[in-house]
Amino acid sequence: MAVREATLAGLSREQLLNMHYQMVLLRRFEEKAAEEYTLGKIGGFLHLYIGQEANGVGMFSALHPDDYVLSAYREHGYAILKGIDPHAVMAELFGKATGSSKGKGGSMHMYSNEHHLIGGQAIVGAQLVMGAGVGLAIQYQGEHRIALVLFGDGAVDEGAFHEALNLASIWKLPVVFVCENNQYSMGMAVTKAWAVSSLEPRAAAYNIPYRKVDGMDALAMREAMREAREHAVNGNGPFLIESLTYRFRGHSMADPAYYRTREEEQMWKATRDPIALFEEKLKAAGIMRDEDIQATNEKVDALVEDCVRFADDSPFPDPDSLYTEVTLDGAGAIAWRNKPSTPRE
Amino acid sequence: MRTIAYRDALREAIREEMRRDERVYILGEDIAGYGGTYSVTKGLFEEFGAKRVKDTPLAEEVIAGAAIGSAIGGLRPIAELMTANFSLLASDQIINSLAKFHYMFGGQSKLPVVIRMPGGGGAQRGAQHSQMLETMYAHIPGLKVVMPATPYDAKGMLKSAIRDDDPVLFIEHELLYSVKGEVPDEGEEYTVPLNRGIVRREGTDVTIVTFSRMVHLSLQAAEELAKEGIQAEVIDLRSVRPIDLDLVLDSLRKTNRVVVAEEGWKYYGTGQGLAALIYEYGFDYLDAPIGHVAGKDVPMPYSKPLEQAALPTRDDIIAAVKAIVPAPAGAGAGA
Repeated sequence: MAVREATLAGLSREQLLNMHYQMVLLRRFEEKAAEEYTLGKIGGFLHLYIGQEANGVGMFSALHPDDYVLSAYREHGYAILKGIDPHAVMAELFGKATGSSKGKGGSMHMYSNEHHLIGGQAIVGAQLVMGAGVGLAIQYQGEHRIALVLFGDGAVDEGAFHEALNLASIWKLPVVFVCENNQYSMGMAVTKAWAVSSLEPRAAAYNIPYRKVDGMDALAMREAMREAREHAVNGNGPFLIESLTYRFRGHSMADPAYYRTREEEQMWKATRDPIALFEEKLKAAGIMRDEDIQATNEKVDALVEDCVRFADDSPFPDPDSLYTEVTLDGAGAIAWRNKPSTPRE
Repeated sequence: MRTIAYRDALREAIREEMRRDERVYILGEDIAGYGGTYSVTKGLFEEFGAKRVKDTPLAEEVIAGAAIGSAIGGLRPIAELMTANFSLLASDQIINSLAKFHYMFGGQSKLPVVIRMPGGGGAQRGAQHSQMLETMYAHIPGLKVVMPATPYDAKGMLKSAIRDDDPVLFIEHELLYSVKGEVPDEGEEYTVPLNRGIVRREGTDVTIVTFSRMVHLSLQAAEELAKEGIQAEVIDLRSVRPIDLDLVLDSLRKTNRVVVAEEGWKYYGTGQGLAALIYEYGFDYLDAPIGHVAGKDVPMPYSKPLEQAALPTRDDIIAAVKAIVPAPAGAGAGA
């Protein structure tokens, strides 16, 4: 069979190579961001998606452009996958005016109305309750789309998880909840934080269908998302997916990950790397050759370098923008009154 | 003009806006079948149905979160929190999300969300049901926080809040719901701006700056003071964020004396913040230190005499005014 006609999971070679390209892009983008962080170009927190790429790429490949996405703060990859220009994502990390949030958000706060990306939330679990609301708006207006709510295993520990899943279920809201269980909420192992070993009994408690998926397998993630979306968009209410995954780096750049062993990390990186697994699968199916991989790596490297160049060359926000966009009508800020008091006549 | 109660004015505002705009809906605890804990939403379920009058479980975080999410999705929610005290359970969504999105996402998001809640004490509801928490929210950039004192303003400001594209916290007062006042006939369109105070009573000797239920006590105090020859000007701020500081400073230039009167706690509160602004921008015009009437610095007790002692009164305002206004010429001894 010629390479060009080969398929896997009902996807064309072009689609599969694009998924590979996206995973490599997300990986390389984060590696580059880590470098720039070390150089002091990026401040604050930086949470890398390295190791979890199959989740985003698999899920988003089954979304429609109109679907909403709400997420936590490990979201550079989601922003890129949802359609925000990676140049604007990098510029946001650099705090530049050309950033996707004009430099006012930073690593944890990507957003785009155009692409229906409702932002990185830096309060764990906040996006779950909001996601229920987005689902409500979809239902209220009779729209044919879903709200995808992404969170980590730590968010399950918040009360928001309970309130959101219960409301979504009783109101039959078109929301797909996905827990990317990377097994640590910062340093707290999920085995210590959860009273049960998976989300299955919790899904049952809210009468929500549940699937557990290998989060290192992009095609499995895609298939689960396809099923969940179909369920939700057709008025059957919410769906809960739990993916089993692993972040290869610390929680953030500030985390040396003392709470887990190097052996454990090595085991995951050596045997469960989602990109390596995908490449093996595509090569075995005769879909991808080594020269395809090399071409993708070169293309991604060039793009990521260009993102950094763009971010570097972009201006910082105008100082006057400090006071803009607090409210739509500019009301509220007392600080504008930086005038001296009038002397008494 | 008719005379109707504060709660009826609120209901009219909601009903008129729901009739005007399909995107407007309400959600909260017991607002449908029960008609609202304070009967504000009574009858709305019958008119608009379950789609637009949504009873929620007792889950304040998702009430606020769902309001925010639905606004992102294109709706114009009015969330009712049963009391301001319970808003603390929703305060993460209010402070960390609602107040932040427009700025944090570089002006891209728009959240036309109204969150209504009653605060205040005086009905023997104890420590966990009697707090004035506007200070907490008024502290936060990105929010508008309004506290109308009259049925006219309640209706006009709620309509403005629903039409406003910024988030508005609409803080009512338990003891105001039955207060009656003049309101234009139903269907006679009017709105009241969210950023303007109003002079409730003109005077020349002192300015009493206040809001919410304390407006009524301040007006009573002003009447008493007038009998003794002291003419107090009473300013109802109506909004505590933003604050109509120009109105206050204009009055100060006339009276040269100010008493700030609020029901909430004194320390680090709305009144102190206001006093600090007056000192900062109007110091030259002050002939006396600013007087400050506030709730006592204790959790609200249950027992009636204790609760009455904890709340600021008309006489507290009178005393605060007399402490900074010289006795008028010809006033009797002890006045």
